[in-house]
Amino acid sequence: MARFSPKVVTANALQEGDAVYLAADDRWTRRHEEAELLEDEAHAQIRLLHALAQTDVVVGPYLADARPGPAGPEPAHFREVFRTRGPSNYFLGKQAELI
Amino acid sequence: MYSYSEFDQAFIRARVAQFTHQVERRIEGALTEDEFRPLRLMNGLYLQLHAYMLRVAIPYGTLNPRQMRQLALIAETWDKGYGHFTTRQNIQFNWPKLPDVPKILAALADVEMHAIQTSGNCVRNVTADHFAGARADEIEDPRPYAELLRQWSTDHPEFQFLPRKFKIAITGAPNDRAVTRAHDIGLRMVRNVRGETGFEVLVGGGLGRTPMIGMVVRDFLAVEDLLPYVEAVLSVYNTLGRRDNKYKARIKITLHETGREAITRMIETRFAELRPLFGGNDQKLLAEIREAFAPPAFRNAPVDAHDAFRKADPVYRAWSDTNLAPHRNPQYAIVTVSLKAHGATPGDATAEQMRVLADLAERYGHSELRISHEQNVILPHVHKSDLPAVHAVLAKHGLATANIGLISDIIACPGMDYCALATARAIPVAQEIATRFDELKLEHEIGPLKIKISGCINACGHHHVGHIGILGLDRAGVENYQITLGGDGTETAVIGEKTGPGFAYDEIVPAIERIVRAYLAHRDGPAETFLQVWRRLGLAPFKAALYPAEGKRDAA
Repeated sequence: MARFSPKVVTANALQEGDAVYLAADDRWTRRHEEAELLEDEAHAQIRLLHALAQTDVVVGPYLADARPGPAGPEPAHFREVFRTRGPSNYFLGKQAELI
Repeated sequence: MYSYSEFDQAFIRARVAQFTHQVERRIEGALTEDEFRPLRLMNGLYLQLHAYMLRVAIPYGTLNPRQMRQLALIAETWDKGYGHFTTRQNIQFNWPKLPDVPKILAALADVEMHAIQTSGNCVRNVTADHFAGARADEIEDPRPYAELLRQWSTDHPEFQFLPRKFKIAITGAPNDRAVTRAHDIGLRMVRNVRGETGFEVLVGGGLGRTPMIGMVVRDFLAVEDLLPYVEAVLSVYNTLGRRDNKYKARIKITLHETGREAITRMIETRFAELRPLFGGNDQKLLAEIREAFAPPAFRNAPVDAHDAFRKADPVYRAWSDTNLAPHRNPQYAIVTVSLKAHGATPGDATAEQMRVLADLAERYGHSELRISHEQNVILPHVHKSDLPAVHAVLAKHGLATANIGLISDIIACPGMDYCALATARAIPVAQEIATRFDELKLEHEIGPLKIKISGCINACGHHHVGHIGILGLDRAGVENYQITLGGDGTETAVIGEKTGPGFAYDEIVPAIERIVRAYLAHRDGPAETFLQVWRRLGLAPFKAALYPAEGKRDAA
């Protein structure tokens, strides 16, 4: 069986629409590195269910591949990297707001 | 231009009020996302990578200055100071917050605009030739028919839940600037042997994952039969179209699975049933709409200023060579304002630029503005004596780039910089191509060349009909760009041909440069365009330029 690759729970905030990540203390954070890195598949499913129940806070939670980094979890796929930053044509979104 | 009737106004206001309550209930938690999603999509509100996105319809691409100023106000008040004009003659705001959306919709209603039917499986914004009512080649201004179709299709109870989205494009001219052959229904105005005006009706065109050129289902449709005939097409599609498979649900698939002859027969049968039900009120309405599109009172004045500036100022001359098109009134010109300054995002305009354009339209352009599917802004009626003044103002605001129809006049969808569906970025590829060829100072030497870039297979960037098309894909977790060549979106429409394996993000601009250098090396002279060379020589020389290593391997 394929080994489970680590994940984070991510979604978009209901009111602002920006990318958010589920932290170990149940907070929704704007910073990927503050997300809880889920290395166990069963635990990941439980965390996703927890997120799916919060329909008045976030929209469309899902599990995204991530890997451990020096400051915390880092996104594995380029799409998720863009979500942590914002668009490449303007200095807007998280890259400008999370300094 | 058309002004809302009391009925239109009441309908839009009622919808804003309804959606305002729906947003409130969503925020309170009374509606789940599953319940809310179809409601927000009906009102043009998407959730993208970094934020919500509101898609606002610009019917047949026509705007007045007041509307343009309101778009500027919205961009500044509830967004981040800019808007993105799209290939479907819409404008997209990329950063609205959910609680603010009702206010934005109310502000749009104040200027007779809305975001209804810019999403969902319904008839979308009816698009038209952006030179409508101005160009000399036109048989008739197509916009009264587009407006008639808009009124008929808006909130049409039978067509709110079609198998899939449905796009109609219309042109009044033989030179197709509205890509009618790549729409679910394409309407091309023609004259019959008796000299009467009507439409050639094409059905089943479309890009996306299964690109197809539309087929003619009616050579000549009398203008008074337009609504019952379009209704017959929709009605047949609504019955036959597949709801079991999203990827086979567009009318192009229905047409291919049913066969052109069979579907044409079914349309005609349905048309015969529907025709008598249209008692003439549609024609009364059309007559009223036509009055709203009466041509402006053209000025009669000398045009010496334009000629003098052309002689004296090379920058002005270059701009007038590329960005002006002949107007049906010889004293006038059609100005295409480039939203493609080298290195800028195709189709983006700042609030300040929108206001400048509104002011110019008011002062020099009979208060008319158009948005083209090529993501530029048009001032359709400018007297030639006013052109130097218009150019001077445009230049001050980064709007005087002389590149219309050239290599840097690129269509690009938002791609993975914004869009949740995208598989790769499109905007930075466009920015880098434009910057590179500007550095090389080759743009004018290369001449007419249309590059179109999509960030996923859905093809919002029309890559299939680009002379050079670029499709961004995700290949094993890395951005990869596939090239097609020889596409054409005009009356001689054709789908481009794939060249071979794709290119990584940092290889795509050099690959495009090799294609362009191959064209320059093989052309008979500056008069032979890229597309003509492609048609004469085909894929071989371009393939050799794109994949030099492969050629060597074959030789060894």
